[in-house]
Amino acid sequence: MRDLLQQTPSLGNALWFFLAAVVLLVILLGFVTYAIYFERKVIGWMQARIGPNRVGPLGLLQTVADVAKLLIKEDTRPKHADKALYALAPILAYAPAFAVLAVLPFTETLQFADLGIGILYYIALSGITVLGVITAGWASNNKYSLIGGLRSAAQMISYEVPLVMSVVGVVLMTGSMNLREIVLAQQDMWNFIPQFLGFAVFLVAAQAELNRTPFDLPEAESELVGGYHVEYSGFRFAMFMLAEYVYMFGMGAMVTILFFGGWLPIHPALSFIPGIVWFAVKLLLYVFLQFWLRATMPRPRVDQLMSFAWKVLLPVALLNILITAVVISYQSGMI
Amino acid sequence: MGEIYTNNYVIVAIFLFLGVLLPVATVSIIGPMLRPKKPTAEKQTTYESGNIPVGDSWVRFNVKYYIFALLFVIFDVETLFLYPWAVAYKELGLFALVEMVIFICLLVVGLIYAWRKKVLEWN
Repeated sequence: MRDLLQQTPSLGNALWFFLAAVVLLVILLGFVTYAIYFERKVIGWMQARIGPNRVGPLGLLQTVADVAKLLIKEDTRPKHADKALYALAPILAYAPAFAVLAVLPFTETLQFADLGIGILYYIALSGITVLGVITAGWASNNKYSLIGGLRSAAQMISYEVPLVMSVVGVVLMTGSMNLREIVLAQQDMWNFIPQFLGFAVFLVAAQAELNRTPFDLPEAESELVGGYHVEYSGFRFAMFMLAEYVYMFGMGAMVTILFFGGWLPIHPALSFIPGIVWFAVKLLLYVFLQFWLRATMPRPRVDQLMSFAWKVLLPVALLNILITAVVISYQSGMI
Repeated sequence: MGEIYTNNYVIVAIFLFLGVLLPVATVSIIGPMLRPKKPTAEKQTTYESGNIPVGDSWVRFNVKYYIFALLFVIFDVETLFLYPWAVAYKELGLFALVEMVIFICLLVVGLIYAWRKKVLEWN
């Protein structure tokens, strides 16, 4: 992959990139299929239930059956909905979720685009999903959708600020926004130790960005039915769900890269295990954390949610930047 | 160097294209071949917990959302300014630190103002 990057751009190379991206897409769809299966299974076990066990051995084909069902369901659009926006919203929500994966370095050699502004690219594109959500809520012309969409937008933009700020500490320590260089700078110590405050803020804000429990207010079933996608059925609905799980993959990869040393092993003595295995283990642990939280945490109220972002996370993230900057200056003998 | 740059953005374009292709292909091309299409007036009504929908949903909504959007624009742009500073910090030295402390303090004043004006409250 890295050799191809050095070559002169040509149609043949672009075709290779395209095929590689398709392979990633297929792997991703497999990941999403079994993430949903294990989510139901793990939460089942945590709640002393069995979870899906009917379709296929151990219920392993449950999600496959669900996707097939969504594909052959009738696609109903409410008569009063805004046609164009209604069709556009699932694309707006899903396309950036997949596009952000272009910059993630999975191992030292396995990486798609090696952008110098990797972090900014991820943040900028993932911000577009908010538009998809709010468009869906508005276009459906449904009161639940509108409230869900607006709440979701308010929540996502409020938590995006501390999320973006918590990464500044990592950039300060590395002196680069390139994700590959950030991983390579963690050879001696993974970032979550010196950047503990930043890591804590990132973890909480990421949870809200993903709309996952405990911050799943936009989809709060008990009050808003399904939130912004009440009126969506069939595969349009599936696209919103897919976007959510693809973001879970992306966010897990980001946490791994920014704070847990990406493909680096726990100890240099363990470096005989390939980097991709380390990366996958760290990512899957993050995904497991999502399921664990979902089985554990209750949902806060809207007012608690919004004031937490601005009154707690934002000041803490700013404090983290100041502390990091002062410590770096102190270490290099400037103060 | 220039080649890496072009190649990177070719990949980004490919990812964006694939990202748009999947929903378009499944919803508009493969979907219609597989799914039934028998719309009736009842199916196409707006869902409102079983009642006949009252009025339109395209109404004016709470101004709170607008204020949060404004705050977001201010602080997100601030963070964008922080990134180049963070990248160059080790080279710039003490001057950069003092400058950024002033910059952050100005924004904290803004945050405190919003806090005092009870903008951050949700009711």
